[in-house]
Amino acid sequence: MNTLIAIVGLGILCLLFEILNLRKAIIPMTIVGLLGVLGLTVSEFGDTRSFYNNMIIVDKFSMAFSGLFIILTIFIVALSHNFYQNQQSKISDFIAIKIFLLAGAVAMVAFGNLAMFFLGIEILSISLYILAASNRLNLKSNEAGMKYFLLGSFASGIILFGICLIYGAMGTFDVTEISELSGSAELPVWFPIGIILVTIGMLFKVAAVPFHFWAPDVYEGSPTLTTATMSTLVKVVAMATLYKLLTAMKADISPAFQMMIVVVSMASMTVGNIMALKQSNVKRMLAFSGISHAGFMLMTLLSQAIAASSLLYYAAAYALSGIAAFSVILYVCRNRDNEDITNFHGLGKTNPLLAAVLTGALLSMAGIPVFSGFFAKLVLFNQTIQAGYIALIIVAVVNSIISVGYYFKLILAMYTKEPNQERTGTPVLIYSVAVISILLNLAMGLFPSFVMDLLG
Amino acid sequence: MDVTYLLILLFVGALATYFSGDKLASKVALLFGLASFGLSVYLLILFNAGDDIGFARSWITRPNIAFALKADGLALAMVLLTTALTPIIILSGFGNDFKNAKAIYALILFMSFAMVGTFLAADGLLYYMFWELSLIPIYFIALLWGNGDAEERKKAVVKFFIYTFAGSLFMLVAFVYLYGQAGSLLLEDLYRLNLPDNVQTWIFFAFFLAYAIKIPIIPFHTWQAAVYQKAPTVGTMLLSGIMLKMGLYSVIRWQLPIAPHAAKQYMFTLIGLGIAGVIYGSIVALRQKDLKKLLAYSSLAHVGLIAAGSYTLTIDGLRGAVLQMIAHGFVVVGLFFAAEIIYRRYQTRAIAEMGGIRAQSPKFTSMFMILVLASVALPSTFNFVGEFTVLYSLAQINLSFAIVGGLTIILGAYYMLRMFQHVMLGETNARLFQDVTFSEGLILVLIIGVLFFFGMYPKPINDLITPSLQNILIHINR
Repeated sequence: MNTLIAIVGLGILCLLFEILNLRKAIIPMTIVGLLGVLGLTVSEFGDTRSFYNNMIIVDKFSMAFSGLFIILTIFIVALSHNFYQNQQSKISDFIAIKIFLLAGAVAMVAFGNLAMFFLGIEILSISLYILAASNRLNLKSNEAGMKYFLLGSFASGIILFGICLIYGAMGTFDVTEISELSGSAELPVWFPIGIILVTIGMLFKVAAVPFHFWAPDVYEGSPTLTTATMSTLVKVVAMATLYKLLTAMKADISPAFQMMIVVVSMASMTVGNIMALKQSNVKRMLAFSGISHAGFMLMTLLSQAIAASSLLYYAAAYALSGIAAFSVILYVCRNRDNEDITNFHGLGKTNPLLAAVLTGALLSMAGIPVFSGFFAKLVLFNQTIQAGYIALIIVAVVNSIISVGYYFKLILAMYTKEPNQERTGTPVLIYSVAVISILLNLAMGLFPSFVMDLLG
Repeated sequence: MDVTYLLILLFVGALATYFSGDKLASKVALLFGLASFGLSVYLLILFNAGDDIGFARSWITRPNIAFALKADGLALAMVLLTTALTPIIILSGFGNDFKNAKAIYALILFMSFAMVGTFLAADGLLYYMFWELSLIPIYFIALLWGNGDAEERKKAVVKFFIYTFAGSLFMLVAFVYLYGQAGSLLLEDLYRLNLPDNVQTWIFFAFFLAYAIKIPIIPFHTWQAAVYQKAPTVGTMLLSGIMLKMGLYSVIRWQLPIAPHAAKQYMFTLIGLGIAGVIYGSIVALRQKDLKKLLAYSSLAHVGLIAAGSYTLTIDGLRGAVLQMIAHGFVVVGLFFAAEIIYRRYQTRAIAEMGGIRAQSPKFTSMFMILVLASVALPSTFNFVGEFTVLYSLAQINLSFAIVGGLTIILGAYYMLRMFQHVMLGETNARLFQDVTFSEGLILVLIIGVLFFFGMYPKPINDLITPSLQNILIHINR
């Protein structure tokens, strides 16, 4: 709870700094402030507590994920310095919106009441709509913002409808009461329908197939930093929330529902990977790869009782490698109007350090050992096999093989092609974000227990 | 003192090489290569004195994974093969002028780190990690320092990577399943499992896919020739000399004892596949016009026989397979190096453009001749010991296997000697063939020395590997 208040306070402070004409101090202040909030979260890690008539319930799950979100936001804020260099006058808006987005994210994993959950998701989504369209003189960015807004509000509507049906069935918004009721009595048919509608809405946010059509266009059109936010932070937020929703309401009972998850998971992996194979725009490629990773993460919903720690691990591994990859993209595609793969030609020669970081990030996403992406997949496969879904695992393995194809396309472009452009300058913040995030990823790979044991 | 020091030494060596700069890199790498060989000999002495040089610590709590390294005679023999060949391979690079030399030498040492790890690992997941880790350096070595058209090379190398990665993933699934059964992936726990027959078949073929691609056994060999040809010679040496032995070693260490019933059930099919590889490799080798490709296919024939030997599940078969692995490792490195020596002088790998070297360089000719004869298993060379033992074990199973498998010697003699004739003999070549340099000669002499020494006196290796093979055989026959 203190985390949430501190984050919102930080956002407001951000806006105040603009008024006080302290624009230069905004990014350092925000990073320090977020580090402070992270420290606060870590120090409070532990017992389950509830606030405001169960509106907010803070437990290990929400704390651990909040910590992850805060770390990701720190990286994103650090990248903002170079990214918004030409728009210094609006820097406080951009940063403040990102902080509010984080507040929404934290509310989404700490809700104790469906109203709070909806509030969180709307804070997060509206911030994102703005960020997607934030490059307002660019037609593509406008298109991305509009598309995302239209489809996103539609999904929000579906979620709201689902919540209404759940209320109709249970007579309460309180998640604890719902879970007590859902275990005991004969359930009205509204309840499963409501759950399915809420799930569909969340699958839209996660960008799982067949609710993924918005993702490639929005990812490509949005400013790169927003794409980074969407494909790392927002995706894991939505995934964690979906997991928390289903476990908190104990709604995983019906086999038909599990079948649906299996199908969506398989479809996301396969469609995402096959579409990614053909992309020549790196942002689009990562969008499709994100869809396939969403498919992998959906597997955690099949063994809900034990999957919290593996979801946390997978989300952290995926998001950290995503941040590392996007920081290299930010560096390479500065002052370019596209993110075509040709921009990466010869990066291995002109900038070995960043090329190595991007290679590491891609290897992690492909699931090559030592990087944490490997352990993430391993633990996930282990649980899913024990839950008895062999066919799903085989599809997942085949997909891991396919994914190597496009990840290596980028690696090949960096190392085998001749460099075609000169890049100058060494933006310190981009470098340090890239290196730190890949090192964190590697550290998680070498000591998986550290993260895995967090959620007991 | 335990085997972790060897791993640390190799890893530190790779880092030190990278940071020593392009000029010093080769020498630093050689130094670390020699040091690791010295250390592994020292470990061997400790092992023979009865010390425990294994290592085990718990690493990850959930899933329960240990950082366990086990050094028995078999693993030590393979480790010694790796650390003996590594300095030789590094030394062989001295004649090449690599761009970005610090990176390639660092990658060579890193690869030998990963391979040593694979041979020593006694926990399934640790083993799998080292196994995959060894793939990354060779991928970059072949891709960045290889020869021929860049696009074609890229295709070949990516195909290789995806093939082997695909195979390994099925092995990973098998390990994940085994973990569910045994609750740990420690080697001894897996040996103790008694799985039902249909599950064993499933596990067996998941492993088989990974190993058959790596070794390669036909019909999973299609990546091999192109990659051997396109990779730089140091890469080809690493691949053929050591890396494919990882597959063969893993068959003996992991596949057979974990799924023994399936191994017995499919024994004839697998021996058949191995022997088919012998015939196929030999016949295709006959028709090759490119020296490196010819050697690649001859290698395919030899490893087919080794695989057939290990699948006989007899002590002779296993022992012969291991002996032949070591012998083949040395001889194939020597042969690829000889091809490189010719390439350095004539800038060609096409057999038709060679010939007439004998008169200009009798020293090189005789050394090359010895290597050719060793590769066709002339008695008194190490390869003879290995190949003979394997053939003997095949004869115990079924005489016709031994007869067909024995064709490898006859066919091998035919294509190798024909190759020798076209490459070395004939009218004196108009182009000047500069005599071998000191370091080139040293490498060839060292390899020939090893081949002759163990050809006449294989007992030390035999004594080293037999107890651990017998131990494995007990698990196979449980």
